[in-house]
Amino acid sequence: MTTFLQQVFNGLTLGSIYGLVALGLTLVYGILHIPNFAHGALYMVGAFMSYFFMVDMGVHYWVAMAGSAVVVAVLGIICERLVFHPLRNSPPIHDKIAAIGILLFLEAVVHMFWGSDFRRMSTPFSGVVNLDGVFLREQGILIIASTVVLVVALNLFLRKTMVGATIIAMAQNRDGAFLVGIDANRVAMMTFAISGILAAVAATLYAPMNLVYPAMGHLVIMKAFVIIILGGMGSIPGAIVGGMIIGFAEAFGGYYISDAYKDIIAFALLVVILSIRPQGLFAKGAH
Amino acid sequence: MHPASKYMLLALALLFPALATNEYQVYVMATAFIWAIAVYGFNVITGYCGQLNLAHGGFFAIGAYAVALLTADYGWNFWPAFIAALVLTAVLGLLVGAVSLRLKEHYFAIFTLCVGFIIYLLLDKWEELTHGAIGVRGIAAPDGFGLVNFRETIPVYYLILFFLVFIIWFTSRIQKSLLGRTFIAIRNGDDLAESLGINLMKNKILAFVISTTYAGLAGALYAGMIRFVGPEDGNILHTFNMITYLLVGGIGTLFGPLVGTLGIVWITQSLQFLEEYRMIIFGPLLVILVIFFPLGISGSFLTWMHRKAQALGLGPKKVQQASKVNTAREVENNA
Amino acid sequence: MLKVEHLTKMFGGLAAVNDVSVEFGANQINAIIGPNGAGKSTFFNLISGVHQPTSGRILLDGTDVTTMRCDNVAKLGVGRTFQTTNLFETATVLDNLIVGHRLRTHSGLWDVLINSKRLQAEEKMAREKARAALDFVGLSHAENRYIADCTQEERKRVAFALALATDPKIVLLDEPAAGVNPEETEGLAELMKKMVKHGLTVCLIEHKMDMIMGMADKIMVLDHGEKIAEGTPEEVKNDPVVIEAYLGSDHDAAA
Repeated sequence: MTTFLQQVFNGLTLGSIYGLVALGLTLVYGILHIPNFAHGALYMVGAFMSYFFMVDMGVHYWVAMAGSAVVVAVLGIICERLVFHPLRNSPPIHDKIAAIGILLFLEAVVHMFWGSDFRRMSTPFSGVVNLDGVFLREQGILIIASTVVLVVALNLFLRKTMVGATIIAMAQNRDGAFLVGIDANRVAMMTFAISGILAAVAATLYAPMNLVYPAMGHLVIMKAFVIIILGGMGSIPGAIVGGMIIGFAEAFGGYYISDAYKDIIAFALLVVILSIRPQGLFAKGAH
Repeated sequence: MHPASKYMLLALALLFPALATNEYQVYVMATAFIWAIAVYGFNVITGYCGQLNLAHGGFFAIGAYAVALLTADYGWNFWPAFIAALVLTAVLGLLVGAVSLRLKEHYFAIFTLCVGFIIYLLLDKWEELTHGAIGVRGIAAPDGFGLVNFRETIPVYYLILFFLVFIIWFTSRIQKSLLGRTFIAIRNGDDLAESLGINLMKNKILAFVISTTYAGLAGALYAGMIRFVGPEDGNILHTFNMITYLLVGGIGTLFGPLVGTLGIVWITQSLQFLEEYRMIIFGPLLVILVIFFPLGISGSFLTWMHRKAQALGLGPKKVQQASKVNTAREVENNA
Repeated sequence: MLKVEHLTKMFGGLAAVNDVSVEFGANQINAIIGPNGAGKSTFFNLISGVHQPTSGRILLDGTDVTTMRCDNVAKLGVGRTFQTTNLFETATVLDNLIVGHRLRTHSGLWDVLINSKRLQAEEKMAREKARAALDFVGLSHAENRYIADCTQEERKRVAFALALATDPKIVLLDEPAAGVNPEETEGLAELMKKMVKHGLTVCLIEHKMDMIMGMADKIMVLDHGEKIAEGTPEEVKNDPVVIEAYLGSDHDAAA
């Protein structure tokens, strides 16, 4: 029972991180129909930025996280303006290749400044809470709590504010949104900024439990893609649910099946699901 | 391309070992040829058929590992292992294609990205079969004949050149034929292709299998020449490299893969400092290419040539034909 | 020629096409009109096999094609154009058209490898078909032009030629005259009449009423997925239900 609860906690922690990353990815997809392969690189830059602010500038963990969120949000906006906006009417294969270009560039830049070493990031929440034999890392608790807060905040933003409403409107009906005069450019930039913030926060939250290195975004972004395909591309609740499914599958699979192969679980799941249902698990209607 | 320039190119390739100042250059050229073969495969599925297959590098690695494991662990000779690698990549291509090609556009790209990653993880983790992270040593070189020994750089260069020429010849056949036109029709759009009576699945799978077999061929030659393979050969970065080669050279053109691969391999070689940070240049290069020069070197050149020929050659003829059209229209109108 | 019985297509609870029955006679120009979102394109997609209908039947010359896959429907002689046709921009007009006859050929990879007699013969045939289609639409002079260098109207004609190269019995044209000027519209209308004269059956979706009223033999009016009227231009024009449908909804089509 204890080990079971332990895996539940681990699953929640992992699922929260995956959910946050997938959320940013699914927002961008929902609005712009771009599978942003560079999203994992934004996540990685987020971690390095926090690392930079904490280690080189000596600021507090929270300040570093905020700084990193701003930097990555701006980076997201730049990507949208310089790369995806000019490509909005190109053949579908072009934006994907451009996203890969961004990914390669960001990784190379980080690699140039910090090298390919694995770095450890500290956190003020390094303790462990022993709850009747179940070890809850403080950072894990922080991750779960922050995710809840962020998801609720994002929901409020999307439902209660004008800007949020336009984002939703555009995700649901692009042509219709243009007709009612929504400033598509602003919405696009906004979406990229939010997606960047989510990636940076997720990275800063998870980095202390993991390591910081230039290739750290690879696995995460691919899992995020699996998640949004599971949850339906563009669906916000789908991203959270999908994140949890993968988080739990990895926590339990890693413990009960094989730790070495736990990273394959997500992809195997995707292959199985898409083989049976090419339109995804929760996708609705005609394409 | 003009036949004469083709023979020029071939002659240059044949003479290259004599022109090279050291054996290392021949070695680099042979490696570039191997990559070019793989990029030709990538061009079949992505350039002609329009399906962005991000697992392409994975199939290259499978071809390489097939030869590596069969020769090093199971004592096969190179050539039977080489054939086995081709068959294996073709069969796996058929299986993966049958599943993945039911997906469209983004889904296909994401799915194949995951397939590529699964291949990489398996190479890295499945130690009983693949030796894991330490890789495979002791791979057999291609068996020579008579005095030809493929352990030496120059003979192996000619061997790889032979396959490259064969691949270019075969691809040009496909491109010019109804089959190639069918692939291109699919790239133009699934809906349109279907309305022309083209069986999408059958043709996409065929293009996919051709492409994975090319990748397998390149991988098998790579294993036979380098004689060491490791999980990093299955790294997704190789696929990204191939995308760059293809885009620079000209996606969907016959000589794009060759131009792009040789060009970039040699530029990276000559600017050593680029080796580590080349992606700082290649990343933005990819973005700039898709935004401003989606045709690449070869495509832009061909377009320029064509327009020049149209402008020069057809001046007087145009007038004459235009009048013919007018009469045709009049007939229509009267009808 | 084309007979549709009680055709219905549901998209997740919504009926895009609802219980439509209609018959289009051979050798005629049949037009489908209706406000935006009336289900016109879905109707075409059902006939050509892109979508499978939820219920109902589609008969082509007596053959049931209801559940047939798109490419097989095309082989039976249903040609089609789209609102926008993506072609290979940096290839010549002729190169783009040769594939049109692919569905009547059989060469595979092996033929390519050995450059078989069959492949050579079939490629020659496909090329001739493409030239004939190009001649038919009056673009022979532009054979070697890149698609990228063609005007909007020429592109429309190329799209027609591509559909004609498949040797169709019936062609479905989705807004063939969208985005071209009135004079060019006239030319395209002549081309459709010419198709009929050469034994083809034409079915088109169009918003340009002048053009439709002037040349259609039969008009079907769709609104919210349902057939609300059918008949000759004269009958449809004076039908109160049709007038109501056009004035009642966003009536961009009436312009």
